[in-house]
Amino acid sequence: MKHFAKLLAGAAALGLMAGTASADDMRIALVVKALGIGFFEAAAKGAEEAAGELGDVEIIYTGPTDTTAEGQIEVINSLIAQRVDAIAISANDTDALVPTLKKAMQRGITVISWDSGVAPEGRQMHLNPSSNPLIGNMIIKLAADNLPEGGDVAVLSATTTSTNQNIWIDEMKKVMGDYPGINLVATVYGDDLADKSYREAQGLMQSYPDLDAIIAPTSVGIVAAAQAVADAGKVGEVNVTGLGLPSEMAGAIESGASKSFAIWNPIDLGYAATMIAYNLAKGEAEAEPGAAIGMGRLGEVTLDDTNSGAMADPFVYDSSNIDEFKSIF
Amino acid sequence: MSILKHRETLLVAVIAALLALIASRFPGFVTPRNLAAVFTDTAPLMILALGQMAVILTRCIDLSVAANLALTGMTVALLNTVAPDLPVVVTLVLAIGLGAVMGAVNGILVWKLEIPSIVVTLGTMTIFRGIIFLISDGQWVNAHEMSAGFTGFPRIEILGLPVLAWIAILAIAVMALVMSRTVLGRAIFAAGSNPHAAAYTGIDVGRTQFAAFVISGALAGLTGYLWIARYAVAYVDIAGGFELDVVAACVIGGISIAGGVGTVAGAVLGALFLGVIKNALPVVDVSPFWQLAISGAAILIAVAFNARAGRRQGRVILKSAEQAA
Repeated sequence: MKHFAKLLAGAAALGLMAGTASADDMRIALVVKALGIGFFEAAAKGAEEAAGELGDVEIIYTGPTDTTAEGQIEVINSLIAQRVDAIAISANDTDALVPTLKKAMQRGITVISWDSGVAPEGRQMHLNPSSNPLIGNMIIKLAADNLPEGGDVAVLSATTTSTNQNIWIDEMKKVMGDYPGINLVATVYGDDLADKSYREAQGLMQSYPDLDAIIAPTSVGIVAAAQAVADAGKVGEVNVTGLGLPSEMAGAIESGASKSFAIWNPIDLGYAATMIAYNLAKGEAEAEPGAAIGMGRLGEVTLDDTNSGAMADPFVYDSSNIDEFKSIF
Repeated sequence: MSILKHRETLLVAVIAALLALIASRFPGFVTPRNLAAVFTDTAPLMILALGQMAVILTRCIDLSVAANLALTGMTVALLNTVAPDLPVVVTLVLAIGLGAVMGAVNGILVWKLEIPSIVVTLGTMTIFRGIIFLISDGQWVNAHEMSAGFTGFPRIEILGLPVLAWIAILAIAVMALVMSRTVLGRAIFAAGSNPHAAAYTGIDVGRTQFAAFVISGALAGLTGYLWIARYAVAYVDIAGGFELDVVAACVIGGISIAGGVGTVAGAVLGALFLGVIKNALPVVDVSPFWQLAISGAAILIAVAFNARAGRRQGRVILKSAEQAA
């Protein structure tokens, strides 16, 4: 397996060298967790879009055949040997890749991480798909946008101790004032179990007959709640929204139980990572706390103390774009 | 026998009291429509508890039921994505068959290799979950990938009750017949209450245990399809930890972990007791932080009660068995 992977990486490297368009082009490597994953294929599409806009950029889309840190290290080593200009990586391991990426930076290669980060010493900056305040705002906005007259909403979370869920719900509560007329009537916990989430959603509809929306910022919860709403015959009365994946939510959008939901857009993510890598490699921006780096059509990203930044609001999916994305991730 | 009866009436009384208590806080809970919904929601637990009962009666335990359910569910879900037009009857037969095969694996290991069942099923539980990961590649099978007939079948209403509830009723009826009217049913009781005596009367204890595991597996497989269709999603962790609910339902229903003592009605009532609590907690506005503690306390109280009553029951059972013989 190891040898096979090496061979494959070698072959890929050869193929890429042969495909080099012109010597002056900047070569940006988009390294993903593993090849053949829809999410990353979409990110590569975004990277190509950025390359098309920039003109003098060649994208090298690569990654191991399985999601291992060892596989990524081999890939990075071959990229160093090819002397690429920049590496933008979604890492399989926070720490294991640091020595190899340090080596790359010592050779003058720009290194950034995106989606899944590496430790600060192993990269110049990290691009998060979104941030907690943006997510908190988005989930309540999704519910409020469909309730122009105001209404009652409830949150269906995962477990009571789930850190990111609690942070998002807290951020959501902070901005509730921006959405007058929207009342948060309850927060319940489905423990990320399909059956418990389903039951909790049923309970919400019984306890609050006037409920207008269920916000589930968890992928198991949002699917279960949508099913419960459809089974209760309350499609159109209760809108299920929150964070979910297009492939998992396609059925709920189709049935009408969910009007819209949000999650990162992998195309934008690949686009932004490429733009940032380009700007850093060109020296048009410096990766330091407080710096603002351009991301083309997506505006700018501002870096925090750990040199990481948030790309944008989560991307909204609804009946108009679900078919395009449901096969991607 | 009279004390056994008393045990079930006690459970009925407890469930009735529980319903009254819930109704005082949320009257809508005891409408016939909602009670039917609670019964339907509890159907998977009841079906699994029936299988678990057969296994526990033979002094074994089957911890792999939830994993069996998940693996069967994932298999039929994947099959449905490939062959969406497969009739539901075929899916049902496949699910029951596949579940029975997995139950047979447990049974063979317990019977032929004489490994304690708790170890066997702990192992197969992990193996089954691993296999789900292998066949699904960790991916979900989602609602839009399943055919309408596949997810719709348990929801079809007949005489006001969904098919899911009718299947549970059918399973209860069949198991009640098997346990009380067949040689196998009597062998299961005999093998559990006194294996040595059972062996002297010509009952193959190991084979009886094997049969109990096959029953448990088949019912778990059946539930696997029903579960996936009900929640319209299949992934690796589906019904994670549900085996403990199943064992709890049996224990609450008065089925002795030491084997040989228990009834179909007990298993069903035990499952219903848990089902009522599970469905009531979300509507009675109890803090989620207390919900787990309340569920746990209810189980503990029931089990403590069980242990006290169980000691007396044991003597009575033996006497009645002697009289019968």
